[in-house]
Amino acid sequence: MMGRRYFQGKNSLFLTIGAGVLITLLVVFIITPILGLFFRITFEQFLASLSDLVVWNALILSLVTASISTLVIILVGTPVAWINARHQYPGREIVDTLIDLPLVLPPTVAGLALLLAFGRMGLIGSIFYDYGISIAFTTLAVIIAQIFVSIPFYIRQARASFEQLDPMYEHAAKSLGSPAVPTFFTVILPLVKAGLIGGAIMSFARALGEFGATIMFAGNFQGRTQTMPLAIYTAMQGDLTAAITLSVILIIISFLIIALVKFKLRGYTER
Amino acid sequence: MAVRRDLREYLLEAEFTVRQGEIMVLIGENGSGKSSLLHLIAGLLPPGSGHVKIGEQVLYDSMNGIHVPPEYREIGLVFQNHAVFPHLTVFENIAFGLRRRKVPEPEIRERVGEILARVSLENLSGVRGDQLSGGERQRTALARALVISPTLLLLDEPVSALDAVAQERMRSYLHTYVKTSNIPCIVVTHSFRDAASLGDQVGVMERGRIIQNGDLEEIRGNGSHFLHQFFCGCRKDSCHL
Repeated sequence: MMGRRYFQGKNSLFLTIGAGVLITLLVVFIITPILGLFFRITFEQFLASLSDLVVWNALILSLVTASISTLVIILVGTPVAWINARHQYPGREIVDTLIDLPLVLPPTVAGLALLLAFGRMGLIGSIFYDYGISIAFTTLAVIIAQIFVSIPFYIRQARASFEQLDPMYEHAAKSLGSPAVPTFFTVILPLVKAGLIGGAIMSFARALGEFGATIMFAGNFQGRTQTMPLAIYTAMQGDLTAAITLSVILIIISFLIIALVKFKLRGYTER
Repeated sequence: MAVRRDLREYLLEAEFTVRQGEIMVLIGENGSGKSSLLHLIAGLLPPGSGHVKIGEQVLYDSMNGIHVPPEYREIGLVFQNHAVFPHLTVFENIAFGLRRRKVPEPEIRERVGEILARVSLENLSGVRGDQLSGGERQRTALARALVISPTLLLLDEPVSALDAVAQERMRSYLHTYVKTSNIPCIVVTHSFRDAASLGDQVGVMERGRIIQNGDLEEIRGNGSHFLHQFFCGCRKDSCHL
């Protein structure tokens, strides 16, 4: 009995030390490069770079395009996620797989594919071009690229939330005289909103960090298609301080977004 | 009503009549199809064939292609798990059906207030559904089903989460409610007390069929293990009574 307890205590000590070492290594691994960025510039240099027009153009363009992308993703993704979670139809699994495809596709491949679809000579782009509308290398192309790469994050999360919701709430609403659409807005959406908000913020964060597909499909034009990641890449060629400033801003925004998600989700689950 | 539908393991096939102001109690082992039968009648589970009629109103008739959607059936249904909306207050849960029917706000307040008093929930009207105890949720679900003045009442274990005193009070209220509003009512239960104090007729379900239907004394004579345990409370093979 004593021996067993001794081994249990010893095992527990090893586990505690092992877990501590693992967590420390992971934290150091993530935080070292980030701290590296913060320590490479002084606060004065950071403030001075903030007055650079390139920084503001990229920041505003990134926030505006990522917001529009996220809005489109919510409007399109929510009904699709709902249908795929609750209804059977021929080819549902294929649709699901296609929705997940951008997750595994290298962003440069996604950009090239978008260019071939929406470019002047592309399958869809050529039709628009006949009417004098050019999509590639415009701000619209930035939004399309962001939607393409970040929509799976939202739909996966939304679908999981809908699937976890007990159908008895819909049944109860129906039995009380509520048709499908009002039931969706008054019962289903409020019950899954934590999951939907989480998915939307992850999509927003992915759109904000999008680089490969954007540079291939939308190009790198300051004020029009040069988002934060593209501006960092461009600044790296000449002005390292500007690149670091942009990176620091992007890190702060990303951190705030993740913190917001966690705070919001905790709020909803504790309520 | 007569309904027929393939369930996972067997065919659910039931035909019976419940008159206005009459309570039919359905008993049977777990998985015998009692709750599925309620869902079929409520329209939440489409029957494969058959007909459901309340008075002169046909809710479902496979021969004539009639299927009234559940939201237009005017049936009060209390679910086994209560299904009280966790994000709404007790008041809003009960007012839900009235709001869908565009009942004027003063009338909603009056009717909800009245039923809140009936089920002793006046002090909890502002509490969210996810903050309620099992018994409070059950009373909320019951009040929510009754407030819409249904033409048929379907209750899936309506008092199981209440304490003995509250159960007795609720049974008495339900009995009076059904008799005074003169509507048919079907109650699914595992409780002998429910069957004894509520049931005008008792149906025994087994693998999707009503194998016996009559008053309590009539079905007591059946010698099945389930009915012995239901009436006596002990296993038939070890019973000393």
